[in-house]
Amino acid sequence: MTQVAPASASTKSIGEVLLKIEDVSLSFGAVHALSEVGFEVRDREILAIIGPNGAGKTTMLNVLSGWYGPDQGGIVFKGVRRRRLRPHEAATLGIARTFQNVALFKRMTTLDNIMTGRHLKMRTNFLDHALYWGRAEREEIAHRETVERIIDFLEIEAIRKVPVGRLPYGLQKRVELARALAAEPTLLLLDEPMAGMNSEEKEDMCRYILDVNDEFGTTMALIEHDMGVVMDISDRVVVLDYGRKIADGPPDRVRADPAVIAAYLGVAHADA
Amino acid sequence: MFYRESGHFRTTYRADQAIFPIVQDRWSVAAIAVVAVVAVPWIANEYWLQAILIPTVIFALAAIGLNILTGYAGQLSLGTGGFMAVGAYATYKLTTFLPEINILVMILVSGFFAAAVGILFGIPSLRIKGFYLAVATLAAQFFLVWIFNRVPWFYNYTSNGMITAPPRTLFGVALTGPHASAEVRYLVCLAFLIVFAYLAKNLVRSATGRSWMAIRDMDVAAEIIGIRPLRTKLLAFAISSYYCGVAGALYMFMYLQSVETLAFDVNVSFLVLFMIIIGGLGSIMGSIIGAAFIVLMPILLTNVPRLLSVQIPVELAKHGEQMIFGGLIIFFLIVEPLGLTRLWQIAKEKLRLWPFPH
Repeated sequence: MTQVAPASASTKSIGEVLLKIEDVSLSFGAVHALSEVGFEVRDREILAIIGPNGAGKTTMLNVLSGWYGPDQGGIVFKGVRRRRLRPHEAATLGIARTFQNVALFKRMTTLDNIMTGRHLKMRTNFLDHALYWGRAEREEIAHRETVERIIDFLEIEAIRKVPVGRLPYGLQKRVELARALAAEPTLLLLDEPMAGMNSEEKEDMCRYILDVNDEFGTTMALIEHDMGVVMDISDRVVVLDYGRKIADGPPDRVRADPAVIAAYLGVAHADA
Repeated sequence: MFYRESGHFRTTYRADQAIFPIVQDRWSVAAIAVVAVVAVPWIANEYWLQAILIPTVIFALAAIGLNILTGYAGQLSLGTGGFMAVGAYATYKLTTFLPEINILVMILVSGFFAAAVGILFGIPSLRIKGFYLAVATLAAQFFLVWIFNRVPWFYNYTSNGMITAPPRTLFGVALTGPHASAEVRYLVCLAFLIVFAYLAKNLVRSATGRSWMAIRDMDVAAEIIGIRPLRTKLLAFAISSYYCGVAGALYMFMYLQSVETLAFDVNVSFLVLFMIIIGGLGSIMGSIIGAAFIVLMPILLTNVPRLLSVQIPVELAKHGEQMIFGGLIIFFLIVEPLGLTRLWQIAKEKLRLWPFPH
């Protein structure tokens, strides 16, 4: 098993730079979704990316997970600079993500969804699978053990065999987190993990995010609109507005930043 | 004991991942298999074997093939008849070219030709989906049948353009040709079905099957996880066409014995598609049930009035059969797109709570 042992101390140590985004620009026609955005994500850190609607947050995540190639700039992950990532490459490098509007495999069970998350860890080919006995079965059972640990961790034992399409929204979000965790990612991208949840579900989700970060040492970049949540759980906050980075720093400092306040609340004009 | 889903406690993942985790399921499937292999050839007469059982078994194999592609990988295909024709003609060419190699080996090899053709026609699936892909596979259907008709080399320049199964034996027992008994042909087809159904079930319950279903349900998320869409889809096309090719070879050598391309026209493609719709998309057992249902239904519809001693004109019976058939397809598409297997699942879920639904 490659699970990381629980962190020895509760005070976590934020490490080296894991991911560096170098002046990434991306336009769709005349729309500049991202213009020269650059920031860093450090090892074991929880980074929140915030900003008003249409600021380019999800676009940024799509660049990181290899969905879009930037027009300019590059991505340095674990010290290697790349012009762009392909989705498959990103997955191989250990970048996993969840989606804003849940993107689960609706007709598959919770268990199968999470097992699919371990796709890249599997070494057997389709001929092994067809015969099943031997290699394929051993591998299946070994991965099942890891998956069960994640199921345990996120407390979704009871819905193991339920097709996810039939689950309530909050649970679907949790299954999606489980599926992303199954890949044992170094960097986990969460696109609005708490959107559309009530405060109780949000609290649960916050706890899971903190626990994952604490126990597996997973680095996270998350997009979130609930400022209370952002200020509580993130180590650092990056603020985007109209595709530009307008602030970057610890939650408290960002909250007080005049540019951020202006972006969210509008600027008070002198003559008003 | 009662047939129930609850109350079965499994203590190992191995037991939990079994094909039939419920004891009663396991025993009843084993019993059906034993009956099919041992008792049926004894009891059934020539008519039953030739008219009902052999086509059911062969179509079940083709339906499993199509279900892998359409039910599991989500790629709609109307090329089944064409891929079956590739298997039939490949076996015919191979066995007339190398008569000393056993026909069963040739049937298995012919599947690879069908798989190669399937991969070729599966390439557009990376770009096009749903109905448009169905049209592309329909092109495969028409093109393949056309070319087998057009190029005399495929039917060894026979004057009537038909291909006829030459006599072939295994350990002195006639497998094909005029002397092959219906029992033997039935058992050969059944052996193919049992082995291939088992392999298909293994595929769909492991990582290969999960990657197909992932592509079917949400291709974007699948790609982010690291599943490669083209490779996964082409594998589905290859394996599906392999199954269809083998089924086509059996269809020609074990059932019709003498065919022209008409036997593999687009109606066959639709028939197999109906089988998986009625049986259940994304279910191996459903493919078999669907095939049995569709082969049996016309026979049932012609025989029921006779049993009730009601006189129905032949034309009316024939038309009525088609109308009921069409009606059933529409019924399943609207009410239960996941077919008979889904109805069975719902029944089981209801039973789990019965008699206390709340």
